[in-house]
Amino acid sequence: MGNGKRVWHRLLSDRRAVVCMAILAIEVLCVLILPLLLDLEPDLTDRTVGFWAPPSAAHWLGTDDVGRDILARLVCGGRISLLVGFASAAINLVVGVPLGLLAGYRRGKWEFWIMRLADVFQSFPSIVLILCLVTLMGASVLNLVLVIGFLGWPGIARLVYGNVLAVREKEYILAVRALGARTGTILLRNVLPNAVAPVWAALGQRVGRAILSESSLSFLGVGIRAPQASWGNLMQSAASLAVLTGRPWVWLPPGLLIILTVVCLQILGNALRDAMDPRTSAGR
Amino acid sequence: MAQYIRRRLITAIPVFFGITMLVFLLVDLAPGDLTDLMGEGAASTVEQAAMEAAVGLDQPLPVRYLLWLAGLFRGDLGRSYHYGQDVSHLIVQRIGPSLLLTGTGVVLAVAIAVPLGVAAAWKPKGAWDRLAHLFTISGSAVPGFFLALVAIYLFSVRLGWLPSSGMYRSVGGGDMADLLRHLILPAGVVGVSNVGSILRQTQSACLEVLGEDYIITARAKGLREGVVVVRHALGSALIPVLTSILTHIPHIIGGSVVVERIFGWPGMGSLMFSAVSGRDYNVVMGGTVVMALAVLLTSLLLDVVYGLVDPRVRYGER
Repeated sequence: MGNGKRVWHRLLSDRRAVVCMAILAIEVLCVLILPLLLDLEPDLTDRTVGFWAPPSAAHWLGTDDVGRDILARLVCGGRISLLVGFASAAINLVVGVPLGLLAGYRRGKWEFWIMRLADVFQSFPSIVLILCLVTLMGASVLNLVLVIGFLGWPGIARLVYGNVLAVREKEYILAVRALGARTGTILLRNVLPNAVAPVWAALGQRVGRAILSESSLSFLGVGIRAPQASWGNLMQSAASLAVLTGRPWVWLPPGLLIILTVVCLQILGNALRDAMDPRTSAGR
Repeated sequence: MAQYIRRRLITAIPVFFGITMLVFLLVDLAPGDLTDLMGEGAASTVEQAAMEAAVGLDQPLPVRYLLWLAGLFRGDLGRSYHYGQDVSHLIVQRIGPSLLLTGTGVVLAVAIAVPLGVAAAWKPKGAWDRLAHLFTISGSAVPGFFLALVAIYLFSVRLGWLPSSGMYRSVGGGDMADLLRHLILPAGVVGVSNVGSILRQTQSACLEVLGEDYIITARAKGLREGVVVVRHALGSALIPVLTSILTHIPHIIGGSVVVERIFGWPGMGSLMFSAVSGRDYNVVMGGTVVMALAVLLTSLLLDVVYGLVDPRVRYGER
């Protein structure tokens, strides 16, 4: 892919995209390195300050209902939330792209059944299906990633499918077919690279949506559960009025981090789409 | 036309079976069964087998699926272990509040999104366009539960204007005004969280129409700008906007499910949450299948209506 460099160059000329990339990179670095650097212990109860301590030099965001450092839990919760987001979006891609390719290129029976399967999955409000599956399978990070990942394929598959339908009629595909290339080779070498561009852009949205699903369920107590932390379940304590009104430092930081992350992912996705689209002028 | 409808129905049949099979397998493959729940672990294997036979659990999987399906057609979804009532009865009870909440939310969302989208498309890069951009970006990024928390904090706790939970006051409530006061916050949250997608659709549809030749003609013949924008641009943009709302229905329902839970709204969402955590399987199956079939039916009706209205759909590809 020779135009990877060009896309990258265009992306760097978009100031908002650069800012978002920087924010996301900092977030990822923080959740990976800070626990080691600052010796954060998210599960340790600090008996000297007790529970619900306000922010102080020792605990920048205070302590929670059992005296655990909230900042430490915020950082470690970020690990889980970002992991769930990126890992399940990756599964979306791994399942959705081949199915979309197959449906679009093979047409006929394949097309009919794959698209009907997509209809089936898209008839459910995704959060309800995720809720059922996660609760019935047992709530763990792995199960959450698997469920969100495997349920999210139809969106990606439809995107790829639509593009493949357009690409397969192009002359260059006819040309390689006339040269006697095998179907698998055509799909991988000729169709895929030309049909997959919009998927990269949609990926930002998928990661964001996965983070939102995870945090909604965890907030409601059916996703990631304590003692494990995630940005969603850190906000769970805000369901009590005392925390909601008296201790905003408990629930505002994880909430704002979720919003910031999803906004950045979205802007980055849009910028990527524009950068990959040869029709938009490079000046923007 | 008849042929078009027949073709559309044929594609819906496998989806119907897919939905019901998925729901059935989902619950059937779940660990822990009814007898664990009812027998409290004290039942002997013989008693357990008798209990399983009593509720038909000794039948092979396909038979149980068909029996369940036959029940679904008769409107019999089994009994709730937890409430001791028929599941269909529970669903009928809960679906009204859910429709009220989601419906009000969608109306609110449209009331904000459509005018804003038109204004934004009318003057690109203007103040309305900026506001619309803010809405589309934040609309899908701010989780519903966060919005709900902020709304409760502001309007229930700080200002004390509105109740934060339930559908009626526990004492002396029950009239229309009471219901409205309870409805405002949850419906507001459902509405605001759905503004983004409708707004984006309105704006892009209007932008597209405003670039057409007949808009230039309309302006050239001296029509007032308001008439051009509202009658011509918005008029042509309405169909895509309506489509986008209807295709977002599963997403909108999903959002309301979470909002219902937070605000203690006695609808399908709250029912599903308590059923899932209480492993009340008949309710889980009934609730999920009703939601999904409602979505399937809406899309089917929508396609038929489009076929009736727009001949291009009927004679188009497929």
